[in-house]
Amino acid sequence: MKAHYKTFVVTACTLLILGFGLLYSTRKTLNVSAAASGGITGTIKLDGTPPHQKPIDMSKEPNCAKEHASNPVTTETVIVGPKGGLKWVVVYISEGLDAATASQVPPAKPTWDQKGCQYIPHVMALDVNQHFEVSNSDPHSHNIHPLPKPNGANHEWNRSQPPGTPPFDQVWAGEEIAIPVKCNIHPWMHGYMAVVKGPTAVTDDNGSYTISNLPPGNYTVTAWQEQYGSQSQKVTVAAGKPATADFTYKAK
Amino acid sequence: MESHIGNVTGHAAAAKSDYRRYCAGCHGDYGDSNGENAVWLDPKPRDFTIATFKCRSTLTGTLPTDEDIFNTIARGLTNSNMPVWSTFTKQQRADLVAYIKIFSPRWEKEKAGDTIKIPAEPPVTMESISHGKALFTKLECWKCHGSHGEGDGPSAATLTDSKDQPIRPYNFAAGKGDSRFKCGDTNQDVYKIFMTGLDGTPMPSFADVIQPNDAWDLVHFLRTLQVNRHSKENEVLSAAHGVIPPYVDRNPPPAAAPPADNKPPGGAN
Repeated sequence: MKAHYKTFVVTACTLLILGFGLLYSTRKTLNVSAAASGGITGTIKLDGTPPHQKPIDMSKEPNCAKEHASNPVTTETVIVGPKGGLKWVVVYISEGLDAATASQVPPAKPTWDQKGCQYIPHVMALDVNQHFEVSNSDPHSHNIHPLPKPNGANHEWNRSQPPGTPPFDQVWAGEEIAIPVKCNIHPWMHGYMAVVKGPTAVTDDNGSYTISNLPPGNYTVTAWQEQYGSQSQKVTVAAGKPATADFTYKAK
Repeated sequence: MESHIGNVTGHAAAAKSDYRRYCAGCHGDYGDSNGENAVWLDPKPRDFTIATFKCRSTLTGTLPTDEDIFNTIARGLTNSNMPVWSTFTKQQRADLVAYIKIFSPRWEKEKAGDTIKIPAEPPVTMESISHGKALFTKLECWKCHGSHGEGDGPSAATLTDSKDQPIRPYNFAAGKGDSRFKCGDTNQDVYKIFMTGLDGTPMPSFADVIQPNDAWDLVHFLRTLQVNRHSKENEVLSAAHGVIPPYVDRNPPPAAAPPADNKPPGGAN
């Protein structure tokens, strides 16, 4: 009887220790994943009167002229929302990324579409080696002609994409902010692909952005705008609540 | 730096004096296309420091083969100031190929791209020409080259090369009985031009969008746009009194074919 009692106590203690151990380790794992979900959020504004965006004459491509007849398209060099928010700004981490976060390539495969003789999106942020698809939603041909700077890791190419052809897959081999893309058939078509390591974001209609999946730490955040160039600031990201980094560009 | 063309190996060091004497005047001592004659030239001499080449047998965005550059030197580039350098020996040309590679670091990091496969050329027939014409319309070659290939399409006026210099689309109708393309004068060369595209210019690659046999049909039609050229294609066309009949697809894709009472394949005449 006594021996049985002893065995019971020992077993119970072992189970208890194991149980606490398990609980502790689970908590630890949870802590780690919570830490990884830190981030930076903010708004990018334009101070001053935005430069006039010229309407685009698409009469040489009747399909597109017709598509935009009621709502003419303008250039997209500086697009400002009702509260002064600047659209199409690329925000990325220029310093402070740890090797693991920097080398992670997002599994998402964004699409670079040609629709109504415009690039949708006008600006796209990509990771190095992140696959993206080029598609043509228009009932006519486009040629996609990205022009990376010479002698870098990325090289100029130029491919035709007639209507009805399936999307094709591409990657960029190195960081570059930003690669201009043009269509020679429709000279008004311009866009940019920003290729950077680590989490990135592009501002929306209100000039807002959110960079997520950032471990706590000290970072330099950089914003890039096609007309006004780059600006940076230091940001400390803590676990849980996203840090804030707002930027203001002066209108020129 | 070396080049390999067949069994000839070129050495950059051996080409130094030839380059200085024959090439640097336009291409520049540093291969940057800023030679003393360059300001007077249109189109501009090739800038070897960016390693982007028009005449390739390789996919768009990749380096050409040594042989591609070797052939360009011998052939010269029609409609430009680049003369025919057939006066050089094969060894001299191979050495020059090696020499121009020293101007861009790309040649140390990369190999030549994959070459496009060219199947045997089918016979020139009116059906082939007619299909080629349909492709010329469908692929919108006319947007730049114009419906008669005269280089006067709706997008022609605004074209620029990758250095923002104005550039004209090829005028097929210009030239005499021996009218040539920059990248060669055989039918295989024409095939390569539109399949690989001419990097550094608005001419894109069609390698993903044209099936190999369709590409030959397009070659045959393009030859008829060279109205003054003596060619098998123009003979076939004049035998038909210069009329290209509309193309009838004998093998429509299954999805597009009407389900019932369609004509059997090959039976429509």
